[in-house]
Amino acid sequence: MIRVQNLTKCFGSLVAVDNLSFEVNEGEIFSLLGPNGAGKTTTISILSTLLLPSSGEAWIGAYSVTRQPLEVRRLIGVVPQEIALYQDLSGYENLWFWGQMYGLSGAELRRRIVETLEQVGLSEKAGQKVRTYSGGMKRRLNLAAGLLHRPRVLFLDEPTVGIDPQSRRAILDFIKVLNREGMTILYTTHYMEEAQELSHRVGILDYGHLIAIGKQAELLQQVGEHDTVVLSFEDEVDTAPLLEVLQRLPGVVQVGREDQSLKVLATTSEQILPLVVARCLEHQLRLRSVEIIEPNLETVFLKLTGRALRD
Amino acid sequence: MRPILLIALKDLILIFRDRAMLLMIVIGPFLLTLGMGLVGGRFGGSGGSSSGPTDIPVVVVNQDGEELGNALVKVLDSPELDDLLAPTFISDPDMAKQWVNEDQMAAAVIIPPGFTRSVFPSAGEAGAWGLVPSSEVSILLYANPQRPNSVAIVESILRAFLFRVEKGRILGWTTVASLVLHGEIQPEQAEVVGRALGESLARVDNPQDLIRVVALEAGKSEATRVDIMTALAPGMALLFLMFTATYGARSLLAERRQQTLQRLMITPITPAQILIGKGIGVYLSGVIQQVLLIGASTLLFTLRWGDFWGVLVLILCASFAAVGWGLLIAALARTPGQVASMGSALMLVFGLLGGSFVDLQNLSPAIYWLSRITPNAWGMDGFSILAGGGSLAQIIRPLLALIFMGGGLTAVAGWLLARSRHLLQA
Repeated sequence: MIRVQNLTKCFGSLVAVDNLSFEVNEGEIFSLLGPNGAGKTTTISILSTLLLPSSGEAWIGAYSVTRQPLEVRRLIGVVPQEIALYQDLSGYENLWFWGQMYGLSGAELRRRIVETLEQVGLSEKAGQKVRTYSGGMKRRLNLAAGLLHRPRVLFLDEPTVGIDPQSRRAILDFIKVLNREGMTILYTTHYMEEAQELSHRVGILDYGHLIAIGKQAELLQQVGEHDTVVLSFEDEVDTAPLLEVLQRLPGVVQVGREDQSLKVLATTSEQILPLVVARCLEHQLRLRSVEIIEPNLETVFLKLTGRALRD
Repeated sequence: MRPILLIALKDLILIFRDRAMLLMIVIGPFLLTLGMGLVGGRFGGSGGSSSGPTDIPVVVVNQDGEELGNALVKVLDSPELDDLLAPTFISDPDMAKQWVNEDQMAAAVIIPPGFTRSVFPSAGEAGAWGLVPSSEVSILLYANPQRPNSVAIVESILRAFLFRVEKGRILGWTTVASLVLHGEIQPEQAEVVGRALGESLARVDNPQDLIRVVALEAGKSEATRVDIMTALAPGMALLFLMFTATYGARSLLAERRQQTLQRLMITPITPAQILIGKGIGVYLSGVIQQVLLIGASTLLFTLRWGDFWGVLVLILCASFAAVGWGLLIAALARTPGQVASMGSALMLVFGLLGGSFVDLQNLSPAIYWLSRITPNAWGMDGFSILAGGGSLAQIIRPLLALIFMGGGLTAVAGWLLARSRHLLQA
């Protein structure tokens, strides 16, 4: 349903997307996982015809995003990362406007609006101006506006950023429902948990490169039985010297840093743990907590890049 | 077409839901006009100074030399009209016309020989103080077409004077005839009594009335009022029309900032449809603003704007030209803030240049010609002509100028916006 071939996008000297190629099958949820600045939004912008690629090509269904943008736009729905709504229109009016833009009208449009508002849990707030909505409610309406016309392909660009757990749960559950109804979904996120929960397949992006792609099980095989030991320190400590020491320990594959934590990818966490704690004490770093995590997509990212996902 | 109209409708709704915007585009100009009208003494005060044109250069030729001719000269040279008029008195009517032709004067007032006699015939003349009217002798107002505002004011003063003279003549005839019929005076006393009555009625007791009242227009039975508000109200309306146009165009960049433009760009419509829809939204908001302001001032200030169709077409054309400027600014700016700054500056400069604050006719020819780049100046010309009793056919020149201005600017802005990558970059 989606075919991307050698896609590259440069902004001046910055290469935002670098020779990207992947395919998404019909009815699939495909996640692009990567930290901020990895090129996820740029990729979606190209696929949704908002940006032209510097080179390469992409197709949605049978249509080229560069040569047949109007045909592509009729097939797709986009839920942008930002809240792209008119704040001084009500929730209902926003959906009415966006539905009209996709060619819906009359009773069909009204039915879809009522149905979609119900699905995202905003029926009771439909008459209020969007300006008065909470962040989570705006996110849900943002989602509703992107899928009101029931597109065959839905692009979701980090739709859960900055919202409360309840709204996040509602959005994730709704995405699963849409997929069960047959919608093909391309989902971008830097939340590993969301990619794991939703996706049939995952592509991991870093600095514009697709560094891994496949089903979760296939990706996890790349890290084998490795565990991740997460060391959390008291605030404002310099972990750089310790990081270098830990990397030299036997059994340590990678060490990544995230905020005030170090993530140590190791072959056997039970054997490595006492050594790690001892090195921390030697460096007079006070540990706040130690956690052992079994292999997941973040482990894959750590192994492939040497950095934590949210670096 | 449907998406275009929907975008325009959406923009209209958003503009008129914005209370601050509503205050600026409708209530603001209305209150400003009201305030300036109060300062100008429009609402009954007699001590306020006029905010309209001042020191209008007018040349007066008094060939009559009798009571009424002298009375008119006295009126035009009166201290009450000192700020408004700058009269020059000469004796050569050809020279007076030449000065007008050379744009040295806004108008020439030529009082012909026998003007007083045509109103108050002497006792020996046929039909004197009888029911046979004497032959008509008209005052000639030789007008400079490049100074329609000033001409309208001079004309209003003349018509006010003539209205009083006419009133005096009719009352004089009636009174004198009645006195003669009842034997109260002898027929030979009729001329003296009649002249005294006529002169007293022709005397002006409130100079503000001279500006307010214009006498009956030839061939029409309805009185046309031209007053200080007639110059102020369109000036303010056109000033704030520029604000509306630039504010509306600003929404193009504001939409980009709030990501709704990007969302629009990925719906199955073309960028051209989006730009046209937004342009129509701005245009309609300008038209509605003008209609509201003109309607309200007509109802509340009892202003006469003139020919309905002329006013309507002028509003449509002036709004088109203003939108052209608004779109051009939006195409040149990169942020909504830049549009706001440039728009405010443009609004004030165009207001000054276009005659919203001062009468352009008192400025140098260079400034006058510079003012032609503004929709305000052409709009003011059109409104002045209509308020002075002109018809749609008489404002073709300003209408064409506004249409060409709007078309040209919109085309340039559209070309710039189509090439503007920053507008569309995610």
